[in-house]
Amino acid sequence: MSAVITASGLGKRYKSTVALDNVSFQVEPGRIVGLIGPNGAGKTTALKAILGLTDFTGELSVLGFDPRKQRDKLMGEVCFIADVAVLPRWIRVREVVDFVAHVHPRFDRTKCEAFLARTKLQPEQRVRQMSKGMIVQLHLALVMAIDAKLLILDEPTLGLDILYRKQFYQNLLEDYFDENKTIIVTTHQVEEVEHILTDLMFIRDGRIVLDADMDAVGERYIEVMVNADRAEAARALKPLDERQVFGKSIFLFDGVGRAQLEALGETRRPSISDLFVATMKGTYA
Amino acid sequence: MKTFLWLIKREFWEHRGGFLRAPVITAAIFLVLNLMGIVTGEVMGRQMGFHLGMGSNNLHLLTRDLDQQSMEAVGAGLDLVMYSSTMIIGIVLGFVVFFYCLGALYDDRRDRSILFWKSLPVSDTATVLSKVVSATVVAPLIAVIVGALTGIVMLLMFAITLSLHGVSVWHLLGLSHPLQVIANLVGSIPLYVLWALPTVGWLMLCSAWARSKPFLWAVALPVGVGIVIGWFNLLGTLNISNDWYWRGVVARILGSVFPGGWFSEVSGIGGDNPAQVLSSLSVMHSYSAMGSMDLWIGVVAAIAMLAGAIWFRRWRDDS
Repeated sequence: MSAVITASGLGKRYKSTVALDNVSFQVEPGRIVGLIGPNGAGKTTALKAILGLTDFTGELSVLGFDPRKQRDKLMGEVCFIADVAVLPRWIRVREVVDFVAHVHPRFDRTKCEAFLARTKLQPEQRVRQMSKGMIVQLHLALVMAIDAKLLILDEPTLGLDILYRKQFYQNLLEDYFDENKTIIVTTHQVEEVEHILTDLMFIRDGRIVLDADMDAVGERYIEVMVNADRAEAARALKPLDERQVFGKSIFLFDGVGRAQLEALGETRRPSISDLFVATMKGTYA
Repeated sequence: MKTFLWLIKREFWEHRGGFLRAPVITAAIFLVLNLMGIVTGEVMGRQMGFHLGMGSNNLHLLTRDLDQQSMEAVGAGLDLVMYSSTMIIGIVLGFVVFFYCLGALYDDRRDRSILFWKSLPVSDTATVLSKVVSATVVAPLIAVIVGALTGIVMLLMFAITLSLHGVSVWHLLGLSHPLQVIANLVGSIPLYVLWALPTVGWLMLCSAWARSKPFLWAVALPVGVGIVIGWFNLLGTLNISNDWYWRGVVARILGSVFPGGWFSEVSGIGGDNPAQVLSSLSVMHSYSAMGSMDLWIGVVAAIAMLAGAIWFRRWRDDS
């Protein structure tokens, strides 16, 4: 199957800053891609370009459409949740379901109602009477009932409590995702998406600094716990990062042979958040 | 087409307060005030020992003695009573449509719900046009229906009051033309669309373009230009008529959402008696405004401004 998104040489600058700097990447179908980066790195701009919400330079094809020219058609195949609370505050549950059911050709009303039945949402309830968590439940119920090929989530769980956050990703995985769908998610709560991602993209200052699938990440980056007496030997291998825990040093290596590292101490796969912190060192300095 | 209907429905849901409640409340206040007037009249009349139903000033006799011309006058007067409620509601409609247009493409950018609307497969053209239709057709249609119903209730109120005094006013009411009144009101909606379009276009353009405070831009810009023109005129360096600018531009892009403005383009308004005045205001006559160049220039300008609004709706990136 051909790629869901093909981007080459994407560029976008706002008055004083470069939001996207000659970015190229591909997203294959059936993947869950985490787009991770510090604040202001260009994540949202990249997503907006994909959704045709902003102009840009370069080439971009999303499901075979040009988001600049064919946005209306594209939105029939793409769904997005742009952080929490973008549902209009005046609308009622009943009204928004009615509306989407009549304007979206791929919306399955019974599915949506089944999702809603699992929540406390009432048909006559207005968005302004809901908590943030309930708004996201409603939005997710709408989106999951749409048979879209690409789902884009921009900080979908920002400001939610842990119960809602866990439930959000659980619903997404169990009831929505399959091999025909593709999800792109940006978030700062990396630990929560870590185990569901198939691909990882790090973005920094408008550039993609890492673009790999999770298996490749596990092979390339290795964390080693080293006793103090062998720390010098480990430092000689030029680790990305070093930190101290209980008198031992933990080193993070990029592209050093596993056998070589196992000789130094216990090896393991680094968490995405540690990898992220190490990669983004000095971003705000 | 189905999508478009739902877009309009969506506008109605969101603006039920302005589109439906505002005219209904206005009508209710209007009726209550009239009722208070009638009660006041009754009480005062009784205190002064004045009884309508007795003596030689019997209205019943009066109605019998009406000649053809005065019957026409009475009928026209009753029609005017019916129009009066719609006129009041029309003023409210003007304000409602004005502020609706100003917020139509701005409010959802401010609260970022535009990101939800834009996640649906609906073109920006359809979105903007559904708002134009809501402002120029849906809102006036509701206003006219509420106005006509209020007018009929008004007539009945007077009829019942008079019948309490033993006067058979049904005959009198028979002189009014409720169907004609309703036809005139409904018939003027297409004219309202064309006439209001420049204001709707300008306000929506500001609404789609302004990053903040669309009201200020929409009003301050034309007024500011007017002041500059006036200043240049004072210096004698520019030859643009002040009067033309204020009436031909400012009034058209800010005030045309108030119904009835098109009568300025209709000649021969007035007459010797109420009936003639009314017939000069009738829908058949007022359509001669369609022959005026100004109206069509306004429509063309409005189409350009709406095209601009659609473009900004598509590309404005600030949410």
